[in-house]
Amino acid sequence: MVTAERGSGQIQVLTRKDFVTDQEVRWCPGCGDYAILAQTQKMMPELGIPRENIVFISGIGCSSRLPYYMNTYGFHSIHGRAPTIASGLKASRPELSVWVVTGDGDALSIGGNHILHVLRRNVDLQIILHNNEIYGLTKGQYSPTSELGKRTKSSPYGTIDAPLHPLSVAIGAEATFVARAIDADAQLMQHCLQRAYEHRGAAFVEVYQNCNIFNDGAFRDFTAKEVRADRTITLEHGKPMIFGKEKDKGLRFSGMHIEVVEIGKDGITEGDLLVHDEARPDPAIAFLLSRMEWPEYPVPMGVFRAVQRPTYDALMTKQIEDVIKAEGEGELREIFLEGDTWTVE
Amino acid sequence: MATVTTKDTVSPGHQEILELERVTIRFAGDSGDGMQLAGTQFTKTSAVIGNDISTFPDIPAEIRAPQGSLPGVSGFQVSFSSQDIFTPGDQPDVLVAMNPAALKTNLGDLPRGGLLIVNEDEFNETNLKKAAYASNPLEDGSLQAYRVYRVPISVLNSGALKDSGLTPVQVDRCKNMFALGLMFWMYSRPLETTLHWIDEKFGKNPAVCEANKAALKSGYHFGETTEMFATHYHVPKAKLKPGLYRNITGNEATALGFITASKLAGRQLFYGSYPITPASDVLHELSRFKRFGVKTFQAEDEIAAIGAAIGASFGGSLGLTGTSGPGLALKSEAIGLAVMVELPLVIMDVQRAGPSTGMPTKTEQADLLQAMFGRNGESPVAIVAPATASDCFSMAVEAWRIAIKYRTPVIFLSDAYLGMGSEPWLVPDISSLPKIEPNFASDPATFKPYARDPKTLARPWAIPGTPDLEHRIGGLEKSDITGNVSYDPANHDKMVHLRAEKIERITQDIPDVVVDGDQSGGLLVLGWGSTYGVITTAVQRARAQGKKVSAAHFRHLNPLPPNLGELMRRYDRVLMPEINLGQMRMLLRAKFLVDIEGLNKVSGRPFTIAEVERKIAEMIG
Repeated sequence: MVTAERGSGQIQVLTRKDFVTDQEVRWCPGCGDYAILAQTQKMMPELGIPRENIVFISGIGCSSRLPYYMNTYGFHSIHGRAPTIASGLKASRPELSVWVVTGDGDALSIGGNHILHVLRRNVDLQIILHNNEIYGLTKGQYSPTSELGKRTKSSPYGTIDAPLHPLSVAIGAEATFVARAIDADAQLMQHCLQRAYEHRGAAFVEVYQNCNIFNDGAFRDFTAKEVRADRTITLEHGKPMIFGKEKDKGLRFSGMHIEVVEIGKDGITEGDLLVHDEARPDPAIAFLLSRMEWPEYPVPMGVFRAVQRPTYDALMTKQIEDVIKAEGEGELREIFLEGDTWTVE
Repeated sequence: MATVTTKDTVSPGHQEILELERVTIRFAGDSGDGMQLAGTQFTKTSAVIGNDISTFPDIPAEIRAPQGSLPGVSGFQVSFSSQDIFTPGDQPDVLVAMNPAALKTNLGDLPRGGLLIVNEDEFNETNLKKAAYASNPLEDGSLQAYRVYRVPISVLNSGALKDSGLTPVQVDRCKNMFALGLMFWMYSRPLETTLHWIDEKFGKNPAVCEANKAALKSGYHFGETTEMFATHYHVPKAKLKPGLYRNITGNEATALGFITASKLAGRQLFYGSYPITPASDVLHELSRFKRFGVKTFQAEDEIAAIGAAIGASFGGSLGLTGTSGPGLALKSEAIGLAVMVELPLVIMDVQRAGPSTGMPTKTEQADLLQAMFGRNGESPVAIVAPATASDCFSMAVEAWRIAIKYRTPVIFLSDAYLGMGSEPWLVPDISSLPKIEPNFASDPATFKPYARDPKTLARPWAIPGTPDLEHRIGGLEKSDITGNVSYDPANHDKMVHLRAEKIERITQDIPDVVVDGDQSGGLLVLGWGSTYGVITTAVQRARAQGKKVSAAHFRHLNPLPPNLGELMRRYDRVLMPEINLGQMRMLLRAKFLVDIEGLNKVSGRPFTIAEVERKIAEMIG
């Protein structure tokens, strides 16, 4: 909870409740989106910025309903295009905190192009991708993240198209911040959202979100409470990559690959393990981590990559300031009269 | 038409000077020959010495087609006159052909008896073959109908520049200046404007600078000293409305109009665009104007371009996007979103010949129905169309005035002919232009996202950063007043009607159409957009012959000017020339039940005056 200066000048204390709208939440009972919404609302007061300076922009899909439930400015736009609207808003109003809420179909199928470009431009946005590996709003077709062979309403004999790894795509698109969370892990999600907000630039957060109607249990194998510690690994900057209930397993480099090792076995010590460096300029290790899947590997969670690069909106503002400094502010009369002019008496 | 009016003085040389009212010259050559440049310079000088001017470039779609080939021919037509002119001329009086391909592709437009100046050095076997000439037209008698001047431009140019220190390739590049110099002499134009321009352009490279100046001067002196030309010509100053003028293309005027609107509204201009011919010039222009705080966003595609513009409008900027036909198709869904969220937005479409990729550098008016209806659902938008290159300025400001006042997307429907063509522009007095008030919402006590202004039906523009006006908008149907999502049948019915009614109410800000000619009876030639010039000229000529014909032109396409239906009914017959298969005619017939006849052409080229005159004659004798 934090105090924020309001436009009226008076100090007001914001709480989670201030970010709840009067709109009835219409997701299916049991949907993972509820948890994401709750954590988002809970985190907002922590940011210490006035509510009117926060904007949530979404595309189309179940996840994209989220702006209706956030008592901030909001824009529920068209399928796949939220990054474009957010880019225009942030570039024209850099002082606003602009969040993009999207899903696996919205961001990676119909809006795939925009995700690539918003990331490479490094527009200072938080992009939260609710990945449930299915099309929920249209009632159960496969998505670009559905596993190969998946049987859905539109693939009764199994899909024949290979899925995308959202974080691999983000890293390939020059993303400066890449993280992963799970809907059911409140603390991890808080951490990822907070870090995404603090990052200057496009922050891409994938949240594994359970669709209990059309793809129930898609992540259960490694996210269920009783197995999570052994089947996921939470990345921590500067620390060796250790996981497991007993903290007895780790990751190390073997040739060009990452391998899972047991600490203490065959003389392996903590010193042999990879140390997570989220700020490493070379994205190669972050990319390898983004490819790791259960059951071959523990699934990495947390912040994969956080590097600094000037943001698009800041560069745009600076370029204009520099030109004005060098050439002076524009006068219409002067550009009206560019080139040769003549007077008719 | 080169009308000879008086025969007067004798030049300082030995040739006679003829005074002409109007001349049209076409410079044609290989796309690497610098014809656009020669044409532009001729235009500038003609404007500066006080002629009325009108130009039209004819640029190949291929950037660098093989040298000397037919598809690689680039042309620039300029018409200059001592009278008001409205078009770049139907046919050239003079054709400057720099090679056989240029001759072949342009000769068809030169009337019999026309002046033909050819660079005879380029009429060699290789070039004749590239232009598919079986024999040399300079020698086989096929040009007998024209007044042909064979000038060894390449040889004379390289002779003049032999001490320039430039490579033969660099020397050859100056031959457009030689040709230009010769035309300057032939039409009694001073060299100063172009000499000054060369200094500015090549100042950093003294050898190139001097060579271009030398080529220009040698072309001029060649005309003066050779005995080849018996006459040269003079076109006196035009009697234009007094004031300060500059030459301007439609695309330049459009960009200036948008910046002016942003100044008048006191809001930042944000331009989201994806490069597309013939609209990219506007992106180039606006990206130069950083010192006006203009933000330009070269998007990854057409959809992102309009998405970013909508985002900027949501934030209180003037969100603008621009494109040509294929891009407008891609933007359709997002325009529908802007209709639903009722935010100010301007979409510029510089139309080109379609469908699909069509002919990117050629003009057409065939996106009208796409602009009107090319979206799902009942999705009305306002549409304006400039009539001339300089009118692009006024209509760009007008588009913003409507968009902001009525909180609606407005399509600005220009075309390749207007965008690339140029004419003199009477520079407006900025202080005379009325301010545009954004009127942002700010009062939480009264704010309802979809409450409406009783007069305009506009909803409030409440921008992020305004305390206690936090609200959500989107593409789902809105509940009247509150803006909450609603699937209620009666509400949807009401909202569809409200959105349509809001666009109709723009009529209250649109002036009546004014008739040039008789107020009733006879034939009315009615037009919209870039046909203004030909219609005006053709009707003036027909009236001069005593024909009962009048002209009217409108620039607000949706909604239409208030008096349009009543106006059409006052005439016996109505003719509408359009560069499409009759799109506006169909709309007007459906709306007003008036039997409008069409003159339609879709060749990628504007109408000629003669075509419209012929149609008038056919209809009323």
